[in-house]
Amino acid sequence: MDLVAAIALQLAYVIANLALISLGLAIIFGMMRVINLAHGEFLMLGGYTVVVATNAGVNIWVAMLILAPLVVGIIGVIVERLLIRWLYGRMVDTLLATWGLSLLLVGLVTSIFGASTATTVSPPLGVIRFGNYSASGYELFLILITIALFFAVWLTLRFTKLGLLARGTMQNAEMASSLGVSTSRIYMITFGLGAAVSGLAGGLLAPMTGVLPTIGATYIAKAFITVISGGAAILAGTTAGSILLGGLNGIFSFIAGSTFGEIALLIAAILLLRLMPRGITGRFFRKSL
Amino acid sequence: MTFSRRSFLAGSSALALTTAPIIGRAQGSDKIIFASILDLSGGLDIYGTAMADATSLAIDDINAAGGLLGREVELKMYDAQSTIQFYTQYATQAAAGDRAATVHGGITSASREAIRPTLARFKTLYFYNTQYEGGVCDFNNFCTGSTPAQTVAKVVPYAMNKWGKKAYIIAADYNYGQIIAQWVDRFVRENGGETVAIEFFPLDVTNFGPTINKIQQAKPDMVFSGLVGGAHVSFYRQYAAAGMNAEIPIASTTFGIGNEHKLISAEEGNGLLAAYSYFEGVQNAENEAFLARMDAKFGANRATMNELTVRSYEGAMLWAEAVKLADSIEHAEVSAALKSGLTYNGPSGPITIDPQTNHAIQNVVLGELQDQEFNIVASYEAEPPADTQLVCDLNADPTLSTFYFENGLAAAGID
Repeated sequence: MDLVAAIALQLAYVIANLALISLGLAIIFGMMRVINLAHGEFLMLGGYTVVVATNAGVNIWVAMLILAPLVVGIIGVIVERLLIRWLYGRMVDTLLATWGLSLLLVGLVTSIFGASTATTVSPPLGVIRFGNYSASGYELFLILITIALFFAVWLTLRFTKLGLLARGTMQNAEMASSLGVSTSRIYMITFGLGAAVSGLAGGLLAPMTGVLPTIGATYIAKAFITVISGGAAILAGTTAGSILLGGLNGIFSFIAGSTFGEIALLIAAILLLRLMPRGITGRFFRKSL
Repeated sequence: MTFSRRSFLAGSSALALTTAPIIGRAQGSDKIIFASILDLSGGLDIYGTAMADATSLAIDDINAAGGLLGREVELKMYDAQSTIQFYTQYATQAAAGDRAATVHGGITSASREAIRPTLARFKTLYFYNTQYEGGVCDFNNFCTGSTPAQTVAKVVPYAMNKWGKKAYIIAADYNYGQIIAQWVDRFVRENGGETVAIEFFPLDVTNFGPTINKIQQAKPDMVFSGLVGGAHVSFYRQYAAAGMNAEIPIASTTFGIGNEHKLISAEEGNGLLAAYSYFEGVQNAENEAFLARMDAKFGANRATMNELTVRSYEGAMLWAEAVKLADSIEHAEVSAALKSGLTYNGPSGPITIDPQTNHAIQNVVLGELQDQEFNIVASYEAEPPADTQLVCDLNADPTLSTFYFENGLAAAGID
């Protein structure tokens, strides 16, 4: 029984982890059809923000929940103004440009902080025990905050004016524009928000994984696979993709080891895209956000 | 926190693609070329940059003492960018283009295997200064790093004596991890213990939750880690976050050579055991002088020295001693001098090449981690490379150029 509880928490954590690293990418890709190859580096910058801030004496919760999204959100807006906005509608060009940006960011961070960085930020919160088993309380916190974050994004898209304008722009940019919506501003805000969500995710994960200039590379592939498997709907797609792929990854990691966990995730994604080329939400939950 | 134009170029792959990553002075015909190929960018730079710094100090020291054979030694530094194909390319460039007297470098076993045949073909003396799984038997390749019979064979009985008989082994999923896991398992069994599980992880895995549950289920007396690289450092954090570091202790064959003990907090790492040929706490005059010169050259913020960095220095110095003894930089003469029982007294203690295997006979120290420092709890002198000696005899056949453990220990005839 204890084992079941421990494994259930682990599975929920693997799923939440995948959802958390993918959400920022899903917002940018789902809303703007921009494939952001620098997504992993946005996560990395969130992590560095937390490390630098806590080393400077800032409270870890402030650093993770406020500073990380703020700093990376601002970087996102700058990137959108300088780079992305010239390339809307040119998918291959944005791909190249954001890939270059990703290399540049890795290089910059390496020059400033060095190849390996002391991240003595330990996960806050204590240990949860289930009989003979134990897990980090921080993992439970990450699961809860991922759910809260998805809920907040849903509320924003569904009930705010910004959400309405953003959804309108996403569905038909020309029509929105002719009705007086400044689509360029909407794009800027959306990109900034996507980057902020990525920064938040990177900041939240920093105590669990540590930060390295190259840590983005370990996230980007999984985030992409999750978003593409999920399909066009930002929230429903990311949730469905995370549950399916994260669940399989967690179960196979437990039964047969991490190598097979990764293999199971990749095979599932390939089969899924063969059967449903437009992702899960291309077939199910089509009307969802 | 270092910022320089050089590290910017090295760090930014985008720029490195358009900038020839060769660091060194203009080529002079009368200089002796010493080539170094290491990963100064990409995922393996947590090892490579400090190794390169130590190598450059060695070349400074050699030149400050008047160079070799009356000639200046020039360091050609190549950044392989954590990419195997660059290793092959730069090895060819160093051997055929630069006509280097010797090439030092390679970090992972995969990178060593990529350049070893090339350098053997060009008969360019090759030094691999990294601790590894043993088994290379090559007339042209001097492996100065420690091997499992020198380190793992010491840490396993020590840990079992302290903690108990049941071990759970976790390791990186490539040739080093696979082979080192077999060595750990073998030494655990030899000492009357039992391995309850062996598990491997791809290098980019950052979530170790399922494994931590499995360790809790198996209830071993210790966890033996051969994890490699930046992403795997997550394991030690998550293990501590689940409260496991207070319950089941860890011993490692890799923890510390990337200065992992500085990357995680004191509480997360305390009590971990590891054995290498060097920790900064080694007490001798050479080490004191070496650390002082590192401070002078790279400042107080320099990386903590470990086996990889110190052996990069010592490997270069050992080669220089051999050149002096041979009074030549020719392959046959220098190789003969190295195999003649020549001993170099470095920061880690005396190093002598074993002529049967071209591996180093060296001191080994066992450290216990406390407050981000390894305290030396046991030391062993003049340990032979007994693992490679089981399979390799260059005295009998001085033309050998093979890697015996490529397909694991069983394939090499070791149970």
